[in-house]
Amino acid sequence: MSGVAQLAGVTLRYGRTCALDRLDLEIPANRMVGLIGPDGVGKSSLLALISGARRIQQGSISVLDGDMADAAHRRRVCPRIAYMPQGLGKNLYPTLTVRENLEFFGRLFGQDRAERDARIADLTRSTGLAPFTERPAGKLSGGMKQKLGLCCSLIHDPDLLILDEPTTGVDPLARSQFWELIERIRDNRAGMSVLVATAYMDEAQRFDWLVVMDDGKVLDTGSPGEILARTGSADLETAFIALLPEEKRRGHHALEIPPLAADSREAAIEAHGLTCRFGDFVAVDHVDFRIERGEIFGFLGSNGCGKSTTMKMLTGLLPASEGQALLFGQPVDPKDIDTRRRVGYMSQAFSLYGELTVLQNLELHARLFHLPEAQRTPRIGEMLDRFDLRQVGDSLPEQLPLGMRQRLSLAVAVLHNPEILILDEPTSGVDPVARDNFWELLIQLSRQDGVTIFISTHFMNEALRCDRISMMHAGRVLDSDSPRALMEKRGLPTLEETFIAYLRDAASAGGDEPLAESPAADTAAPAAADATAPSEGFSPRRLYSYFLREATELRRDPIRGSLALLGTLLLMAIMSYGITMDVEDLKYAVLDRDQSGASQDYALALSGSPRYFTEQPPLTDYADLDRRLRGGEISVAVEIPPNFGRDLKRGAVPQVAFWIDGAMPMRADTVKGYVQGIHQRYLEELAARDPAGQGASLAEVALRYRYNPNVLSLPAMVPAVIPLLLMMIPAMLTALGVVREKELGSITNLYTTPVTRLEFLLGKQLIYILIGLINFLMLLVFAVAVLDVPVSGSLSALILGALLYVACSTGLGLLMSTVTNSQIAAIFGTTIVTLLPAIQFSGLLHPVSALEGIGALTGQLYPTSHFLTISRGAFSKALGLGDLLPYFIALLVTAPLLTLISVVGLKKQER
Amino acid sequence: MRKLSNILQLGLKELRSLYRDRTMLALIVYSFSLAIYSSATGVPESPYRATVAVIDEDRSQVSARILDAFQMPYFIQPRMLQSQEQMDQGMDRGDYTFTLNIPPKFQQDLLNGRQPTIQLNVDATQVSQAFTGAGHIQQIVSTEVDAFVKRYRGEEAVPVQAVIRSEFNPNLTRAWFGSINEVVNQITMLSIILTGAALIREREHGTIEHLLVMPITPFEIMVSKVWAMGLVVLLASGLSLHFVVEGWLGVPIAGSIPLFLLGTALHLFATTSMGIFFGTVAQSMPQLGMLFILVLIPLQILSGGQTPRESMPEPVQNIMLAAPTTHFIILAQGILFRGAGLAVVWPQLLAIASIGGVFFVGALSRLRKSLR
Repeated sequence: MSGVAQLAGVTLRYGRTCALDRLDLEIPANRMVGLIGPDGVGKSSLLALISGARRIQQGSISVLDGDMADAAHRRRVCPRIAYMPQGLGKNLYPTLTVRENLEFFGRLFGQDRAERDARIADLTRSTGLAPFTERPAGKLSGGMKQKLGLCCSLIHDPDLLILDEPTTGVDPLARSQFWELIERIRDNRAGMSVLVATAYMDEAQRFDWLVVMDDGKVLDTGSPGEILARTGSADLETAFIALLPEEKRRGHHALEIPPLAADSREAAIEAHGLTCRFGDFVAVDHVDFRIERGEIFGFLGSNGCGKSTTMKMLTGLLPASEGQALLFGQPVDPKDIDTRRRVGYMSQAFSLYGELTVLQNLELHARLFHLPEAQRTPRIGEMLDRFDLRQVGDSLPEQLPLGMRQRLSLAVAVLHNPEILILDEPTSGVDPVARDNFWELLIQLSRQDGVTIFISTHFMNEALRCDRISMMHAGRVLDSDSPRALMEKRGLPTLEETFIAYLRDAASAGGDEPLAESPAADTAAPAAADATAPSEGFSPRRLYSYFLREATELRRDPIRGSLALLGTLLLMAIMSYGITMDVEDLKYAVLDRDQSGASQDYALALSGSPRYFTEQPPLTDYADLDRRLRGGEISVAVEIPPNFGRDLKRGAVPQVAFWIDGAMPMRADTVKGYVQGIHQRYLEELAARDPAGQGASLAEVALRYRYNPNVLSLPAMVPAVIPLLLMMIPAMLTALGVVREKELGSITNLYTTPVTRLEFLLGKQLIYILIGLINFLMLLVFAVAVLDVPVSGSLSALILGALLYVACSTGLGLLMSTVTNSQIAAIFGTTIVTLLPAIQFSGLLHPVSALEGIGALTGQLYPTSHFLTISRGAFSKALGLGDLLPYFIALLVTAPLLTLISVVGLKKQER
Repeated sequence: MRKLSNILQLGLKELRSLYRDRTMLALIVYSFSLAIYSSATGVPESPYRATVAVIDEDRSQVSARILDAFQMPYFIQPRMLQSQEQMDQGMDRGDYTFTLNIPPKFQQDLLNGRQPTIQLNVDATQVSQAFTGAGHIQQIVSTEVDAFVKRYRGEEAVPVQAVIRSEFNPNLTRAWFGSINEVVNQITMLSIILTGAALIREREHGTIEHLLVMPITPFEIMVSKVWAMGLVVLLASGLSLHFVVEGWLGVPIAGSIPLFLLGTALHLFATTSMGIFFGTVAQSMPQLGMLFILVLIPLQILSGGQTPRESMPEPVQNIMLAAPTTHFIILAQGILFRGAGLAVVWPQLLAIASIGGVFFVGALSRLRKSLR
């Protein structure tokens, strides 16, 4: 076995940008390989390609002795590869707890309960996550998320571990624990290769072999020692800069920090006993500090110690539970717009608009801060140069690497020349050169313009550059002073050691957040390694894993579930009562231009049917008739002509005119029928009074309304409303299943774990079929018990039909979820494909046979039509399975077909 | 001035974001063109292509005459059946909505003045056709029988004629109303989902937090979404009215389109505010989806667009008065078909504006709370 991965001529493009350019590389096996290089040179793309998460465009990649372009090989090796994508906990599920996340991955790799439990116990113990197993992943601090991400990757004992900037945003202590953990795992699993991209040069120093990348190409490879020797540098950071091409190095020089003028100045930021509680949890506990104008003040602390919360209280994003925060001597007031204009803030997570380009984001903020017209363009230009963003001005931030996005956030934060800058880990994931450029700007702002800077960081060399720093842990400030003074106080040579010493003291004193245990006793787990042999075919366990994940998420969000279940009941009640087809209480008025006894007689015949017609004050003339009809005051106007009575006597056949409001044709049709009926009755009465006449009508039509003899609205509507609701609600529940994972990033798990597309989709669908069925049973009980609409036919046929039908509607929702790329589009698309066909083309109001064109075609294929027939048959027509067989077959074909289309539409690799 | 400029800029940002989502754009175009076309042309006249089966046990001149009167497009050529059993099966399967049983010696009894009876069975589950169709068939039978008897006996015509005219839509073409109703539906659906989802999206991506540390108020954030999304929908509905409804479907529009668009703008004010309101109530996109569908179904079915408002039970009618769509449909009918002017539709405009005002204030106060 030569190396763990060979790449030849690999090229990758995103649109016009070239991420990797004919790259050749051979990565040795059984080593710890580091990937270093500036932001946006293609490190992440390379890792995604090697892991199989991204589709190969050009060139060949062979990993673990097989071609990664070959799907069969990918399926075979995927249980041997673990991939942890960039970003804090991107492939985790925030609503699931630590344990549930780990169990989810364990099941995906086919582990049974005993094996899973053993592994989870071992992994959580050695990473210090053991006390937090019941905490939802979304509530973990950044560093803990990274640890959990690593645990999830390690659960199946991979031969190749691929980590994309795993320690970005992780505090120094957690970082050192993280690497100790990896070391330990490597000791236990000798054959394991690790491939890591990192922005920390001190980490890279510890790796066996390095790949230095720039601009989609490999600049150099070799052990850290070799690279140092070749470039003649003392440390990797300088070596890295030396390796960069000339134009990228230009302007880079060692930073010099002029001392802060010693004269005492007024305070820019002050905190007095600042406290923040979330329920019982005290995030920030009586913090005091005073930052002078023009000072660079650093915040150093473990993940989740309350740095971000403190910063949010200073910006007014969070109210303080206790204590006071002052900016420029004034208490922080979220309503005070003018103070906000003087403050620049950058939050930890990227919070700019991903759908606007870099330039548009800058312009938007320039305008929102009301930079004068004349200054806007030069200022934006200045930012583009300062942060080296000019060549990506027209790109979307979503397409940029993390480091570039951070730079954009920074540019936005300083764009409006704020007097105070509050920066929450601004340089996480930013490459060394860009970091130095950024600090140069900070120093310039502080020393020349007197801008006060409040910054949190995990980089010790950055902390050293601050005038003063505060060390924070578990919501409290441990100590504040200049970095040198702190080091002297502890008598330690580096700030990192000083910091870790402070943390260890605090942890042992408080005993609240246990640090990782010593690596002594955990050699038990890997014994089970050979037991893990995930099946390549269909695996019910992997399906169950997704099923359980979906079910847990639904359980954690009770509002959504109860909306679905109780909402439908309410809707059914309203709609069953609300939809009626018979027209009643029509307003009409008479224009009697005869005013004779005969004409009044005719008018009386109309008012004689009060159920249908309610008479309005008589019309005075044509203008009145026109006005009232136009205004919608009356729906029918009757005009009895002059000389009606005389003409009637003479047999001159007078004509009575009816004007019906045709704006709503359906209603007008019904009205027409009523009018004809009443007129007919008048004629009959007339004939009866005439002794010479024929009397009653010639023949009779005996009318029998079948299946609903009393023509009640409820028995007619209930069987029709149930199919409608069972289409819309389950489809909408399912509609976000896939697209949400796409939008939030956890779709990577589909790309890099052995789960097949069918298992993934079915797992997601099954839970909603179950919910749909429960929903149906509730509707059924409601219909029979409360609305008093009995099931006259076969109950089992109805339930079976509902089951098949719900499989169709969830399948449709899932299909919309697979073909769209944003949650908004999925919701909107699902509404479009369900609402119109279900209400108009499926026989709810008009029988399918009466439809034409697109409507008719939709109606014949759409599952709602079939289930509507089944529902009406079983409820009203006393039918059973045998009578309705064709409709069952139609549903039986549709349901798997929809799921299959989704499987085809879903990609197992990224683009 | 600063406020206005902020609102303008934030609104432009919304438009840019929407422009990036090509799937969404395609769906918007679809919903204002093809969806309206297919919905308008798909709604049948009533009765239209109704299915009839006949057991003719008389086989006389008059029974043949009655059968001939079942003409397209109202009725599909009647199917001749031999037995009662066949008829029951057919009705159970839903093959026929109507069955007519002409008894033996019908003609003979008729001419002898013995008032024979024709049996008409109606499938009452087919709600829309059952009632109007039954009336229609009764009409056909009595007209044909009358005409037959009169020609046979040579009697005179009826003493009084009823002349029925339909105002505003002489042929009662379904597509006229169907298309407008669908435009109204799409306006409502799109405006609620666009604003509601845009708000949740900002929350899920953390951008709203970013906006709040800038010199911008929740009021500005909200108004910018209302105008931007409202404008998109207003434009789409205006174009749709002109090109799809008037052009493609050939529906004559009686009233003033600018007045209708004024009404639409007010309606959009109400629905976009509703959208933001839902966006503040829902905690995540899946919740919003649920909430959205639960609100949308009654809005579409019970606002008077699908079935006449007058025939709904009183409580339902009253509840639906709180929905802007109810008033908007009345307004749309009034302006577009009856050519009603401002003097006629002002109560609806007022109602929509006040409902919009209530939702706007409610949404704004919730937005302030949910963001703090």
